[in-house]
Amino acid sequence: MQRFFAARSILGNAVKTRRSSFSSLSSSLLFDDTQLQFKESVSKFAQDVIAPHAERTDKTNSFPKDVNLWKQMGEFNLHGITAPEEYGGLGLGYLYHCIAMEEISRASGSVALSYGAHSNLCINQLVRNGTTAQKQKYLPKLISGEHVGALAMSEPNAGSDVVSMKCKADKVDGGYIINGNKMWCTNGPSAETLIVYAKTDTKAGSKGITAFIIEKGMDGFSTAQKLDKLGMRGSDTCELVFENCFVPEENILDKEGKGVYVLMSGLDLERLVLAAGPLGIMQACLDTVLPYIRQREQFGRPIGELQFIQGKVADMYTALQSSRSYVYSVARDCDNGNIDPKDCAGTILCAAERATQVALQAIQCLGGNGYINEYATGRLLRDAKLYEIGAGTSEIRRIVIGRGLFKEQ
Amino acid sequence: MKILVAVKRVVDYAVKIRVKPDKTGVDTQNVKMSMNPFCEIALEEALRIKEAGFAKEVVAVSIGPSQCVDTLRTGLAMGADRGIHVETNSSFLPLTIAKILKSLAEFENPGLIFLGKQAIDDDCNQTGQMVAALLGWPQATFASKVVLDKDKHVATVDREVDGGLETLCVDLPAVITTDLRLNQPRYASLPNIMKAKSKPIKKMTVQDLKVDVKSDIEILQVTEPPQRKSGVMVSSVDELIDKLRNEAHVV
Repeated sequence: MQRFFAARSILGNAVKTRRSSFSSLSSSLLFDDTQLQFKESVSKFAQDVIAPHAERTDKTNSFPKDVNLWKQMGEFNLHGITAPEEYGGLGLGYLYHCIAMEEISRASGSVALSYGAHSNLCINQLVRNGTTAQKQKYLPKLISGEHVGALAMSEPNAGSDVVSMKCKADKVDGGYIINGNKMWCTNGPSAETLIVYAKTDTKAGSKGITAFIIEKGMDGFSTAQKLDKLGMRGSDTCELVFENCFVPEENILDKEGKGVYVLMSGLDLERLVLAAGPLGIMQACLDTVLPYIRQREQFGRPIGELQFIQGKVADMYTALQSSRSYVYSVARDCDNGNIDPKDCAGTILCAAERATQVALQAIQCLGGNGYINEYATGRLLRDAKLYEIGAGTSEIRRIVIGRGLFKEQ
Repeated sequence: MKILVAVKRVVDYAVKIRVKPDKTGVDTQNVKMSMNPFCEIALEEALRIKEAGFAKEVVAVSIGPSQCVDTLRTGLAMGADRGIHVETNSSFLPLTIAKILKSLAEFENPGLIFLGKQAIDDDCNQTGQMVAALLGWPQATFASKVVLDKDKHVATVDREVDGGLETLCVDLPAVITTDLRLNQPRYASLPNIMKAKSKPIKKMTVQDLKVDVKSDIEILQVTEPPQRKSGVMVSSVDELIDKLRNEAHVV
């Protein structure tokens, strides 16, 4: 029987190999028909449009320039999934956002991280805390993909201890003057709209933090060198520099001194949506390993027949499925209004640590080939590791959960 | 004008198929099924014609078991206005499908019927042609370009044929089957997937359409093609000629 391939498959072997292993690995138990349809549709889109750029993005450490992925994702309505329809969003919930995040991450970890920072850290924070005027001013272009969004809270000397941030915002006539640095800002180099946290009252501890909306081109705001990272290469990250940067009064997000609430509540949802990132990476590991173990022969048979290998893929599979169940259950809860910080932290704590292990096993399954950069497994490991650090390190997540459990009556 | 698009639910193109041990067909248990790629192209072209203002409605039709509804939902998510599901658990051959489509066409009165040039499971490349013949309509198959002239009620179609490209002008209503290079089908975006939930899918049976489904063709067996054998090294040109004449019988 001849097989005729649709135009899309002519894109190349790499794409074909990936798509050929998309079978019953996605739990239909977690999603209803519409969500499954969406998952399938985003998967096709991501594999066709984003996946071909994954390797080069990693090698060159730069976000794809020859195609406008931001715009294409915008046209596919991926940015404003949780934003109101009046600004171009879809008014849907975190479940759909996680589905999109997982499938984009499966195609390219770097693009997904940038997408997550743009659509959740920036867009969703504006949706949740912005005034009508701010939403009208910034959301439409961010949602269409014309503008890129970012968020900056960490500083060179304030990571886990983010509340000790030194970036200052001094009150002046009509606004504030911001001085300081921010570190590890995803999308920093290209973002037009950035949410930045600064201290309006350095003596008030956490209650002295205020969130501001910064625009690219503001006098006194600049970006420093792009960071050379271990993984997530191409998800352009840099240091932000504020030198007497004037920010008008109307650019405060929520209220002066209320920044810590914006920050902490935003972190819960950030952790949930980003938790879908490692899910995508784990799926990508299986996408690479399963065809390989069916084909690669040693001792006269496919290595997939050997027990050690079967054990490894079984562990990889169950790690993915269980993490997935956790993430999407919590997403459903959040959509229903039950946002539990312990579970939000739990999802990414769980998914991230497992993803690193799954990626390590993926390299091991490919043996010597896994050690060669021509195969995706090395990149998958380097990308996976980030998720144990960003959005609150695993250690911080454990504190959030442990402290939360201790405080409960 | 209404456009009718026939879409078939087939084994996904990327799946490695296996023949069932009893040789009655291909194993489709737990295998990923999708819309036939050529049918996607057909639907995409119909949607573009509607978006250009030449048609008012695009109707997707699928013939098969209950799961065909999924295929229709994909079509609706791409942009079709409504779907028709002719439900049957039998696997029909092209002539029966063509008779069903003819009956539907008499019911719906479309100005154009789009089909994929062939399905990737049976590669028959017959249904479109048979539908046109049964209806007495002109046909333009293997279309790689379709241009409509609303006022003259004709379609100018470039066909991909062995000799190159042939350009035909067909009066409407007509049957067009689509080839690979006609267009790049769109992805179903989330807003359209949501909208598709409320679009109607009408269920019909072959009895409703008064079609005789008796087939004159019986599939005896389905087997895998023989394994490719390795080549034979010959020691001289004479031996080669001898083999070509006496074994392969080609000279």
